[in-house]
Amino acid sequence: MQVQLSHPARTVEVKGPKKVKELLRELNLVVEAHLVIKGDDLVTEDEMLYDVDQIEIRPVISGG
Amino acid sequence: MNCTKCKTKAVISLPRHNAAFCKGCFNGFVHDQVARAIKSEWMFGKEERILVAVSGGKDSLALWDILLKLGYRADALYVNLGIGTYSEQSHAKVTKFAEVVAASHGATLHLHTVEQEAGAGIKELAQLIHRPTCSTCGTIKRYQFNRVAIEQQYDVMATGHNLDDEAARLLGNVLHWQEEYLEKQGPSLPASVEGFAKKVKPLYRLSERELAAYAVLNRIDYIVEECPMAKGSKMLQYKEVLNRLETESPGTKQTFYWGFLEKQSKKQPTATTMTEKDRAVLHPCTSCSQPTTAEVCSYCKMMVRAKTVVPR
Repeated sequence: MQVQLSHPARTVEVKGPKKVKELLRELNLVVEAHLVIKGDDLVTEDEMLYDVDQIEIRPVISGG
Repeated sequence: MNCTKCKTKAVISLPRHNAAFCKGCFNGFVHDQVARAIKSEWMFGKEERILVAVSGGKDSLALWDILLKLGYRADALYVNLGIGTYSEQSHAKVTKFAEVVAASHGATLHLHTVEQEAGAGIKELAQLIHRPTCSTCGTIKRYQFNRVAIEQQYDVMATGHNLDDEAARLLGNVLHWQEEYLEKQGPSLPASVEGFAKKVKPLYRLSERELAAYAVLNRIDYIVEECPMAKGSKMLQYKEVLNRLETESPGTKQTFYWGFLEKQSKKQPTATTMTEKDRAVLHPCTSCSQPTTAEVCSYCKMMVRAKTVVPR
């Protein structure tokens, strides 16, 4: 699946199927600091993601 | 995972509340948390005029959206800091929200452009007057929000500070034992002297992740990019640490910050209150009349230096 990341903006390819929480763990990202968006929809940590899915992992931390 | 309330498919889980919600129930949860914050901290009523400080980020735009949907009279102020494409993009996001969402509620957007008054954007200005960019930015934003609130006769000024912001700030203050700042870390600060607007933080019960989710679910188009000036800041480091703790032990951030607020509220009143202390040390700036501890306030000093060194 194509996974879009920010800070810096980049796209990585990750093999599916796998659950959202497994994807975050594989990319070494903390759940509390990110949202996972499949297509246009927000998904929970137990959602299964497949190779055809377009995924955005959006960081939520801001502020100096 | 299903919604804890209505049992349909959930879109977000909230481990700190041991709950998960669908979009409708999550919006209800967010609105309820803000309504509770407003009521419990005596922030403002339905008749009062509120000025929301907006930046184009998720928190401030979500705050404006929530207040309007809850039926409050909320206008907003955007300060264009002149940070290249970052400011251009954030300005565009705020303008779009004001036109598409806020205008239908009869709300207005005010604008202040730093470059117009100071002759340079925030980064160049900070370099010219030899001060850190984030501290220059803070001085300008605090000054301008207070100025507009007072001049336009708003009853209260609201900022989008969330649970993560407050927990990170508290951690920083405690790590350095900056006890003098703790008194001002509450979500509702009174208008202690003439010339200071009352300041409130209606989002202090909601986490950064919950607010980002609210923005995504309600199609609020916000700037995802981080401010280029904030890279490597201490606040971001504190937030990162707290989020690692939160993931391992849900509820850590709220226990830390809300626990602090509870302790503060139970403290025996000291001989002098915050208002009394402010009244003892603050007086009008001889140049602009905003309250200051010096003869001329730090904003006016900064503008004098800027106008001396910036070619007009």
